Order: sequence, then C-alpha cells, then structure tokens
Amino acid sequence: MSGNTPEKDDPTSANKKTISLPISRVRLIMKSSPDVSSINQDALFLTTKATELFVQHLALASFNHGSGKESNSLSYSDLAHTAEKTETFHFLTDILPKKILARDYLKTLEQMQEEDADV
Amino acid sequence: MAERPEDLNLPNAVITRIIKEALPDGVNVSKEARRAISQAASVFVLYATSCANNFAMKAKRKTLNAGDVLAAMEEMEFERFLEPLKEALEVYKKGQKGKKEVSEQKRKDKEKKNSEIDKSREEEEEEEEERMLEEPEVEEDVES
Repeated sequence: MSGNTPEKDDPTSANKKTISLPISRVRLIMKSSPDVSSINQDALFLTTKATELFVQHLALASFNHGSGKESNSLSYSDLAHTAEKTETFHFLTDILPKKILARDYLKTLEQMQEEDADV
Repeated sequence: MAERPEDLNLPNAVITRIIKEALPDGVNVSKEARRAISQAASVFVLYATSCANNFAMKAKRKTLNAGDVLAAMEEMEFERFLEPLKEALEVYKKGQKGKKEVSEQKRKDKEKKNSEIDKSREEEEEEEEERMLEEPEVEEDVES
C-alpha cells in the first residue's frame, strides 16, 4: 500500500492545509438525512473537519486500548471493543458489532435444533 | 442526491491516510479495521448532522450553521474537538478571504494590462490595492 496519495485531487487549494476529506461527499451524506434542508458553507466545513478529527480519535483510542500495541497493529476487534467500552463511541455499536466465534455460533445453533427436535 | 449506496462512503484513500497520520509510525491497520473506521465516519456525519439539525430546528432556522455543528459536538460529548474546530474555521475563513483578494488582484492586473497608458495611473492603483489588502483586517471581528 502506498502511504502518500498525491494531493492533486483537491482543486480548491485553499482548503488543502486544513481538510483532506472531500466537502462534496460530506455534503451528500448530510443531505441524505431527510429533515435537513440546507447547510451553510461554514457548517459544512466544520462537519468535514470534525469527521477527520473523529477518525483520528477513533483510530488512536482503539490502538491505545487495543490488543495490538505490542504487535503494532490495529484490528477490527480493537474497534469493536472501543465502541462497546467508551461512552462517546457507543453510537457505533450497531455498525461495529462484536464478533462471535463460528464454533460458539454453531453450538447455539445445535442447541436450538435439539430443542426443536424435542418438541 | 445520493444515487448509489457507495455515494455515502468516504474515499478510502483519504481515510487510510488520516488513520496513518494519527497512529505511530509502522502500525499495521487491517483492511477490515479500515473499512470499519470509514463506515464509522459516515455514521458520525449522520449523527452530527441530526444533532446539529435539532439545534437549528429549535431556533426555527432552516439552514445549519457553524454554531449548530459546534453545539452538536458538545451534545455528542466530543468537546475535545471544539478548540481545533474553531481554529480550523478561522484558518478556513482567512483562506476564503485570501482567495477573494487574489481574484480581485488578478482582475485588477488584467485591467492594468488592457490600459497600459500612463504610469501615474498605475501607481494610483497600487495604492488602492494596498488599502484593499489592509481593509479585511478591520472587519475581522467574529460573531459568537
């Protein structure tokens, strides 16, 4: 994976230093909310910037409290753990569900089938 | 309008870069983790928008403004973002103003070229430009 993407994708050069996510995409996501009618330029900019801060914060918090500190890695389960344990990240639990092992799942499935067979 | 579901995703390359910059050097971020963070970011935008919109609606406004977004951050308990956000907004506003000045300057330069008649007029214009550059400083007071 190449770490540095060329910054030519941002035509509005004045924004280059302050934000890197595309404002147009953020606006699209905001507008997908049905009760939002219009958004001024500053609000759009702030939401974009906040999203960047959020990504940094989520990544760093998950890494610092995660299991991969020794192996220098960040995994999905670190993120799921953060979503579950940190109050401010609770709203993410729906899209970051904890994973369960297939064998645990199969076990419960078997149990359910046995119960069905008993009936 | 968003026509395909992918339209509601943020660009992976940019998200990956932001993650890399936030973490210590050499940390390996799994593909699954990157995808999850990207989705989390989209959900964050929606959550923030909905909070901000509540503030706008309470104030009977139809347009979301900067204050609504900042209030939303507080509501979501991301107070830690407030200071960096305010600073970034200042820089952004200055940049916007700077852009205006540059295009103004360009327009003037063009006019100058079109009427290369006498030097004395050019000097006058330069003085005018200097004044123009100073003016924005005065109207700098931010409403808050």
